[in-house]
Amino acid sequence: MSVFDLAQQVRTKQRRAIDVANDTLAAIDARDNEINAFLHLDAETIRSQAERIDATVDAGGDPGRLAGVPVAIKDNLCQRGVPTTCASKILEGWKPPYDATVITKLTQAGAILVGKTNLDEFAMGSSTENSAFGATKNPIDPSRVPGGSSGGSAAAVGADYLPLSLGSDTGGSIRQPAAFCGVVGLKPTYGTVSRYGLIAFASSLDQVGPFARSVDDAGILFEVIAGHDPMDSTSLNAPAPDVMTTINDGVAGLRVGIVPELIDGTSDEVRDRVVAAQEALVAQGATLVELSAPELRLGLAAYYLIAPAEASSNLARYDGVRYGNRVDAPDVAAMMTATRTAGFGDEVKRRIMLGTYALSAGYYDAYYGQAQKVRTLIIETFARLYAQCDVLLGATTPTTAFEFGAKTADPMAMYYSDIFTIPSNLAGHPAMSVPFGVDGDGLPIGVQLLGPALSEPTLFRAAKILESEAGR
Amino acid sequence: MSEARPLDASDVTKVASLARLSLSDAEVERFTGQLARILESAAEIAELDLGDVSPTAHPLALANVLREDDVRASLDRDEVLSQAPSVNDRRFSVPKIVGEAP
Amino acid sequence: MSALPDGWTMVVGLEVHTELRTDTKLFCGCANNFGDEPNTNICPVCLGLPGALPVLNQRAVEYAIRIGLALNCVVQNSSFHRKNYFYPDMPKDFQISQYDVPINGPGYLDLPDGVRVGIERAHLEEDTGKTTHLGGTGRIHGSDESLVDYNRSGVPLVEIVSCPDIRSAAQARAYAAELRSILIASGASDGRMEEGSMRVDANVSVRRGDDQPFGTRCEIKNLNSLRSVQRAVEYEALRQIALLEDGGTVTQETRHWDEDAGKTHTLRTKEEAYDYRYFPEPDLVPVEPTSEFIDTVRSELGPMPAERRATLVSLLGEPTDAQLDQLLSVVEQGLDSFVVAAVAAGVNAPLALTRTSNELAASGDVVATVDAQAVAATLLMEQAGELSATQSKAVLQEVIVNGGGDPKAIAKAKGFEQMADGALDTILDEVIAAHPDEWSRFCDGDDKLQGFFTGKIMAATKGQADGKAVAAGLRTRRSA
Ligand SMILES: [Zn+2]
Repeated sequence: MSVFDLAQQVRTKQRRAIDVANDTLAAIDARDNEINAFLHLDAETIRSQAERIDATVDAGGDPGRLAGVPVAIKDNLCQRGVPTTCASKILEGWKPPYDATVITKLTQAGAILVGKTNLDEFAMGSSTENSAFGATKNPIDPSRVPGGSSGGSAAAVGADYLPLSLGSDTGGSIRQPAAFCGVVGLKPTYGTVSRYGLIAFASSLDQVGPFARSVDDAGILFEVIAGHDPMDSTSLNAPAPDVMTTINDGVAGLRVGIVPELIDGTSDEVRDRVVAAQEALVAQGATLVELSAPELRLGLAAYYLIAPAEASSNLARYDGVRYGNRVDAPDVAAMMTATRTAGFGDEVKRRIMLGTYALSAGYYDAYYGQAQKVRTLIIETFARLYAQCDVLLGATTPTTAFEFGAKTADPMAMYYSDIFTIPSNLAGHPAMSVPFGVDGDGLPIGVQLLGPALSEPTLFRAAKILESEAGR
Repeated sequence: MSEARPLDASDVTKVASLARLSLSDAEVERFTGQLARILESAAEIAELDLGDVSPTAHPLALANVLREDDVRASLDRDEVLSQAPSVNDRRFSVPKIVGEAP
Repeated sequence: MSALPDGWTMVVGLEVHTELRTDTKLFCGCANNFGDEPNTNICPVCLGLPGALPVLNQRAVEYAIRIGLALNCVVQNSSFHRKNYFYPDMPKDFQISQYDVPINGPGYLDLPDGVRVGIERAHLEEDTGKTTHLGGTGRIHGSDESLVDYNRSGVPLVEIVSCPDIRSAAQARAYAAELRSILIASGASDGRMEEGSMRVDANVSVRRGDDQPFGTRCEIKNLNSLRSVQRAVEYEALRQIALLEDGGTVTQETRHWDEDAGKTHTLRTKEEAYDYRYFPEPDLVPVEPTSEFIDTVRSELGPMPAERRATLVSLLGEPTDAQLDQLLSVVEQGLDSFVVAAVAAGVNAPLALTRTSNELAASGDVVATVDAQAVAATLLMEQAGELSATQSKAVLQEVIVNGGGDPKAIAKAKGFEQMADGALDTILDEVIAAHPDEWSRFCDGDDKLQGFFTGKIMAATKGQADGKAVAAGLRTRRSA
């Protein structure tokens, strides 16, 4: 059932929110011991939210657009009084004294906030294997990773516990797990969704976005969470983009750009599905434009300097003074060092050190400074491409979901998972992964739609066509 | 423009200390290898001639995002201090500080 | 002026941090209040909670521009950087500051004696929390535990960096004093050094002769009063000279001024210097004030101390050195408006200046709310001889305490009736008659007895007698 229909039923008492809550809890109970999508879940809180929603309906009120719709929350979004860990030992037990803006918006829309989902520690990773509280398993094939870093949120929707979840995407952390788990995932235009209350990994790249079973559902959740927020200086001062009005308008006349840099290096099966997706769009009236953009290849290296640099600063605050865990030591510097050494996992330490190095005296120009210039090149490259096409179509990931441990020994191999998703983050542009068939092992394949800033309505139109043609 | 010499163990020890992390000898060795590999791939951009390209720090071209000078409610002190590792006399307690602030 | 050994000169630059008088902090809506209960003005932003984001206070920008304009700076488009270092009073373990593009570029400040000191920049940044050290001496050394209050964390600061144009300790003090007056006059800051709202660091080096290159400099921290600025700079220059004359070398380092001991000591050497890893603050966007906005701020800026001193000089005509000192301090304390108002009401300028620089200046913070017209009316009564100097001062005290009032009514309530004509003559004669020995010695030239008689007469008139009239009466009778 679509989110729209579910909310409509709750609003008209055809279905009670409490029953939705209980069904959701039952689905999670049945399988999450194995999948481990949730880090925190409290049945009582879920039921009491549902009861409040029902009470609003009973009193003749409208709980909102997501009335009684269960939504899972990536555990790097602050929710007042609810444990928020970023899957890190350093924040274990911390309960934020405030709500992220997206949490407030969900509550105001009548959603049931189901719980906090697993991730790679501080959203650093592409498999959820970097969680301090155990990896999440891919619900399609539990011997494989769900992708990351928003693996728990992708798996929760992929396992059909609930229709919607929130993730965050810094270099592909929504789109890559969406592709691996066979769900829709959107990284919105930078600045359309508030980052207030999103625990920062790399501030100039982070963006909150939806996971959903369907393109329509993703559109509704996006509209609910988007919009200007005065608490976020980087929030665009514009009305929330309207994607639902035009979502069924089709792709007739749409110019779809194809660049080898967003396809080359994939497995044959992934490549075949991207080609099939091109054909599906053409069959509905789109035209293909063959282009090339070698600069996009530089994105990966630039990203792995910029993101760690910002992270090294963003994660300095975990020092054992104000919140989170502390490891005692005789003086404050030793205490901070002991706390951080015990509290952070290897990948987080790796990126903090990499970022510290990239910003340090004598290396700034060669590394961080150059990476910022590459960022300019990428933005200019996209501008050139979008002068000739409306959207780009490519692969979301080079492969389908890989097995546990396949890439943990080699950070660079893991980083390569994000090769197609990173350029949109560097440019601040929206991009979307849409399930488009499976490989020979039955593992989902995602194709990626990219567009210029604020092109979400166009992306959703194209995504809707791909969704309907995915069986081709 | 780059003098991207290979990263070595002393660099790793130095950045770890800057970042308030302590590493065992084995960790220094492992991280040195991994970070050196990552920086090798970064060398491809370190070596580009981008003299005439301006840097982008941020994807948005926004300016002058300001708020009014109006007082808003602060947090409840008890709720905040309840989350602190150590508290004394309504304040956050830390062990001995060696050295003055910069 | 400088007590340096022959041939030596010093080169000094000052870095002054001043807190801005905004209602809220730089990046959040918490109250900017000194002295509140610990950790009551804190929120996710100024506590550096995960997920919190800064939003810039518009008034802080306006105040920073006021300071820039008052210092003749170039006001320009600017942006914020992060300065990264770990310290428990800094909740994010980085400070949001301005780096390569400060809001105020080069400018200058003219000292009262006409010497011009260049201003390199005046930029916006956030303050840190406040740390209290338990055990030991209450100082950082010897303490086992420190407590942090984040009320001050995120309070807006402007850091004003001078060029190395200062050449003596007295000049360093004069610069700090003049800057303080300008900051107060701009309305952006209260300049209270004793509350730490204005803090001074000094970069000091020495050289033999003005044509030599600058020597190695040391940065002196913890200068909490104008007096300590002068003492510390003097001490440090002499320390460096002694070192060099002994064949030693000055090491570039940061030193701490110990006010009690009157000495500086090493905090850290250059080798221990921090690597701050500045990079653009990604959570904030650039500040690009329009020229209209800058013009508006400029038009709202009142006259600066130099102009106000000139006004007082013109009121006085040809001020004496003592009057110049008085007017300097009156303007520095922002009390010149009392002089101007009194003169406008008809009080003669020297009297207005003297009473303002003594009685008003001594009265502390309450003076800010005192009605200048009530002060002027009091001084007019004194000028007309309706009040003696002593009585006038007493009435002024009442006016200050009450913030104003009718001086005539106050004088009446205090029993300060104007002495009837001839009353003083009668008392003079009575006092002289009661002390014939003293009087004959006074007439023989023992001038010390002038005070004796004045005291007796004042006591007899309950202070109502005018000191000048008493002196005149004594003089007439002595020479008679
Ligand atoms: Zn605050």
